[in-house]
Amino acid sequence: MDFMVFQYPMITVQACLDGLLLGILFALIAYGMALQWGVMNIINIAQGDLVILGGYIAYFMYLYGIHPAWGVIVSPIIMYFIGVGIYKLVINKVVDRDLFISILATFGISILFMQLMNFAFGADVVLANSGYGTTMLFDNNVTLPNSKIFSAVISIVFAIGLVIYMKKSKLGRAIRATAQNSRAAKILGVDTEKVYAATFGINAALCGVAGALISITFTIHPYMGLPYTIRSFMIVIVAGLGNLPGVAMSGMGLGVFEEFADYILGTEFRIGAVFLLLVLILVYRRFKLSRKREYLK
Amino acid sequence: MKIKRIILSFISAVVILFSTSVVSFAKVVGDKIVLGAAISLTGKYSSNGVHTQNGYNMAVDRINSMGGVKVGGKTYKFEIIYYDDESNPKRAAQLAERLISQDGVEFMLGPYSSGLTKAIAPVTEKYGVPMVEANGASRSLFTKGYKYLFAVLAPANLYLDVAIDLAVEKNNGKPVTVAMAFEQDAFSQDVRLGVLDAIKRTGSKKVIDDKLPKELNDMAATLVKVKQMKPDVLVVSGHTKGALTAIRQIAEMKVDVPMLAMTHCDAAKLSKQHGKNSQYALCASQWHKTLTYKDNFFKDGMKYAADFEKEFGYDPPYQSAESSAALLVFKDAFERANSFDQKKVRDALAATNMQTFYGNIKFAEGGQNVDKPMVLFQVMCDGSGKCENKVVAPTKWASAKLIHPIPKWSER
Repeated sequence: MDFMVFQYPMITVQACLDGLLLGILFALIAYGMALQWGVMNIINIAQGDLVILGGYIAYFMYLYGIHPAWGVIVSPIIMYFIGVGIYKLVINKVVDRDLFISILATFGISILFMQLMNFAFGADVVLANSGYGTTMLFDNNVTLPNSKIFSAVISIVFAIGLVIYMKKSKLGRAIRATAQNSRAAKILGVDTEKVYAATFGINAALCGVAGALISITFTIHPYMGLPYTIRSFMIVIVAGLGNLPGVAMSGMGLGVFEEFADYILGTEFRIGAVFLLLVLILVYRRFKLSRKREYLK
Repeated sequence: MKIKRIILSFISAVVILFSTSVVSFAKVVGDKIVLGAAISLTGKYSSNGVHTQNGYNMAVDRINSMGGVKVGGKTYKFEIIYYDDESNPKRAAQLAERLISQDGVEFMLGPYSSGLTKAIAPVTEKYGVPMVEANGASRSLFTKGYKYLFAVLAPANLYLDVAIDLAVEKNNGKPVTVAMAFEQDAFSQDVRLGVLDAIKRTGSKKVIDDKLPKELNDMAATLVKVKQMKPDVLVVSGHTKGALTAIRQIAEMKVDVPMLAMTHCDAAKLSKQHGKNSQYALCASQWHKTLTYKDNFFKDGMKYAADFEKEFGYDPPYQSAESSAALLVFKDAFERANSFDQKKVRDALAATNMQTFYGNIKFAEGGQNVDKPMVLFQVMCDGSGKCENKVVAPTKWASAKLIHPIPKWSER
């Protein structure tokens, strides 16, 4: 245990800002997960691997001399079609089944993607350099890489864009209707099959954006997907389905929590702390639910 | 009817098994010495696995074309059977079993990484198969009393202690403060032990001792602490991802530290990925092409690098060089043993005392090479942004002068 983070106010500020910027990015990934979970009742274990795949798209653009920031436009487009493809191949066969089946299926997709990426892109750790420089605050005591700020801004833009799209567009309304009651939606003429495919595609596209941003701010590697899946799962669990402001808040909360866990417990327990929090929240939720049930009795 | 079919298929399976084992390789077939190796051709170590394989192949071709191995007045050629261990220790151990008990291999070359070597060593030890390995540096490999394991590389605890000595030397012999960030794997933790020894020896002080997770891609917290504590040296070891992440975030967060020492910069191709941001980083390396060791097969490091580049199209990392050296050691041992008896070859290996282009090789009791120091190189860039790795320590091999302390980011 190391409480240095509280001894120096500047470190506290740094940790909070780092955590918020990171959390916004997590929230974007979690939003995709919440969307398809809500609409299709599928927990996508391959979420993190889709993120990494999106990152590789940006990385390859960078390799060919295109600025990786363009990845946030190109990567979601490609990823959308990959998402629809996965839906047509696998997900549509498990979408009405038990939740457990879908977890198994997406777990399989996750393993497949990891191996394919490793096979196609190699096992090297890679990154794309944005050359965005650094913002210095408080007399150079707090440093914020502009790439992190960039990724937070882009995440917010995409999140807001998606909310508006869901509210205003025909497909968005169909998606929301399907989420509320797929049978009723079907009766009223919504092509739920199409809605499902689009939802999975949109989720993959969001992962693509996030992946491109991660390749700019951090590093990517074929086997690095799982922590992103866990984080988004955790964020969605905390926020609850269909609660978009909740996803944003819990995303940022998780980001800050992680940063502080990193300082206090050590970097090695960073992901461990997320797991621990997840367990605690699940236990708490169960506890709350059981109390509610008693009350109903 | 069904039982008949089962019996029939069982018999045919047995027949197939026997027929394959008849044609399977023995240790020495005709004029060939068959060596076995499990290599990570897929999975997370695949890039370094390929470097290892290229190193082995390069040496096999070279030795074969220059007359092969002379044993008992007859000339033999090397041949290697490779299997892909998928970067998985369990698989590596299985493959070692298969190489020895099915393919009849009696001499083995090592896999890539300490973890996989650790998985294979008990198997080769059980069968008494001499193994010369070139890519497992973890100290724990050499403390288990293995008799048939020989490593041409320097053990992991020697990787970065040179850096601490160097920092103390630059501080006019006075102790320094050290910040450490090490991944939690066997190799990096061994490097850490070596650094701790050096800290103790020089009376220095560790101010940060962070452990990095396997899925590391953010070490901002450690770097913020470094900014606050202002240590004299920052030591990072976390394989390729550790090196890449450290350089990226040090540059982004403008962390000023007089000395930055790392492992795995060679494989991370720091300057290629990060350009001038990687400048001044010190990297521990088993080998560098500018070292002036010599042998009859590859002449020296520069020649080796040129030949390697011609054949494989890239500058050889030290993983390839040390793998090539393993073959030279085997050849030397076979000729001195003048026999293919495993025990005799093992004793000949233990008595090895030679120089190769990769360095001097002499094995200690535990099997580690004690005659080859690690080198430290520093990434140095010229005005046009072209960066090169130059050896700066130990002084005997230095091709450039260490730039110390690292200029502040505000002055770059």
